[in-house]
Amino acid sequence: MSNAFYQVLRRELLTAFRRIADVFNPLWFFIIVITLFPLGVGPEPQLLMRIAPGIIWVAALLSSLLSLERLFKDDFSDGGLEQLMLSPYPLPLLVTAKMIAHWLLTGLPIILISPLIAVLLSLDLTTYWAVLLTLLIGTPVLSFIGAIGVALTVGLRKGGIILSLIMLPLCIPVLIFSTMAIDAASFNQSFVGPLAILGAMSIASITLAPFAVAAALRVSVS
Amino acid sequence: MLEAKSLSCVREDRLLFEDLNLTVAPGQIIQVEGPNGVGKTSLFRLLVGLMSPYHGQVFWQGQAILDDRERFQRALLYLGHHSGVKPELSALENVYFYQQMFEPDFQGDLYAILAQVGLVGLEDIPAAQLSAGQQRRVALARLWISTATLWILDEPFTAIDKNGVKVLEQLFVEHAKRGGMILLTTHQDLALPSDAFSKLTMVKPELDRMYSGDGL
Repeated sequence: MSNAFYQVLRRELLTAFRRIADVFNPLWFFIIVITLFPLGVGPEPQLLMRIAPGIIWVAALLSSLLSLERLFKDDFSDGGLEQLMLSPYPLPLLVTAKMIAHWLLTGLPIILISPLIAVLLSLDLTTYWAVLLTLLIGTPVLSFIGAIGVALTVGLRKGGIILSLIMLPLCIPVLIFSTMAIDAASFNQSFVGPLAILGAMSIASITLAPFAVAAALRVSVS
Repeated sequence: MLEAKSLSCVREDRLLFEDLNLTVAPGQIIQVEGPNGVGKTSLFRLLVGLMSPYHGQVFWQGQAILDDRERFQRALLYLGHHSGVKPELSALENVYFYQQMFEPDFQGDLYAILAQVGLVGLEDIPAAQLSAGQQRRVALARLWISTATLWILDEPFTAIDKNGVKVLEQLFVEHAKRGGMILLTTHQDLALPSDAFSKLTMVKPELDRMYSGDGL
C-alpha cells in the first residue's frame, strides 16, 4: 500500500518536472506580486512591514489557486484518474499522494524563497520566523482544501471560476489567522495562539480532505 | 463470474438501455456491439463501478461490486477510451507505473513486454512523441503483465494495425483458455474460435420509450 502511495507521488513529481515551466509559473507569479508591491506603495520600511503579512498571504493564496486547476485535470482527460479509481488501493490514499505532490511543487518553493521575501519587504527576524511558520503550517491547507474544489469541478469545462468561488471562502480563515500571527510577531507579541489555530486547521484538512476529495472525484467521473 | 442484473442506464434524462441482464462466465469472450451512442461505454462504466446504475446491480462472484470494491478491482483490468498513458512519461515509465500499481508481484522484464507490443527502441522517448497507435500499444502492454481474471476493454483496437489486432486476438484466446473473462467493444469483425466467443448486440430503445420510459 505504501508502494502505491510512493508510485503516485513519484509519477506526479516526474510529470511535473517534465513540464518545468508549469512548476515555475505559480512561484514566478508569487515573486512578481511581492516585488511589485514595494514599487507600487513606496519603499518606506514602516509601511512595508505593516502590509507585509497581507501581501505575502494573498500572493501565496492566489499562486496556489493558479496551479490547483491542473491537479486532476490532466488525469481526468487522459483516463489516468479512472485507473487510479479502479486500482485495488483506497482512493483517499492515492489522492493524498497527489495533494502532497501539489504542496511540494507549490507550497514548498514559496517557503524556500521566503528569506528573499523577508529582505524585499524589510522584515525583522521575529516577523520572518512568523512568516516562515505560518507558511509551513498554512500552505498545506491551501493544497488540501483546494483539492476538494478541484475534485468537484474537474468534470466541468470552465471550472476555473467556480473553483475560485468554492475555494477562496474556505481559505479565508487561513488568511486571517496567518496574518494575525505575523502581525502579532511584528509587534513583538506572542503569536502562538493564531499559530495553534492554524495548526488545527492544517491537521483537520490533511486528515479529512482526502475522503472528501475521493468522494467528489467519484461524483465527477460518473 | 460477473453478473449484471436488470441494469438500466439514464444519461442526461435519456434512457440508454433498460433491464439489461448479462453473465460472463470463466473462459468467455463477449463482444458488445451496436451503433454509436447506444450505450456501450456507459454499460462498461457501470460494470466496472465508475458509474452507478439508475436501476439494477452488478455482482462479482455473487457479491455486489460496490460492497467490496477492493476485491473486485483486484480481479479487474479496465481500459477505457482514454487509457491513462501520461504523454510526459516514456513508454517504460508508463508501463512501470501500472505494473507497480496493479501487479506489484510481477517479476518479468518490462523491456521484453514492450518488445512484445512492438515498441522496441521507443521505450525511453516521451509518449507524446509516439503515434496514436503506439500510445495505445503502451496502454495495451498491461494486458501481457496482467494477472486479473476479468478484462473489460473499451475499443482496444482503436488505431491498432492489422498485425497488432491478430496478436491481441491470440492473447484473448489464451486468456480465455486460462479461465479468464473478456468483455470488449469493437466495430471490427473478430476471428476468434466460436466455442468461447459470443456477441451481445445492443439496440436503441424506441424513441417514445427513450424519453418517457417507465418510471423515468
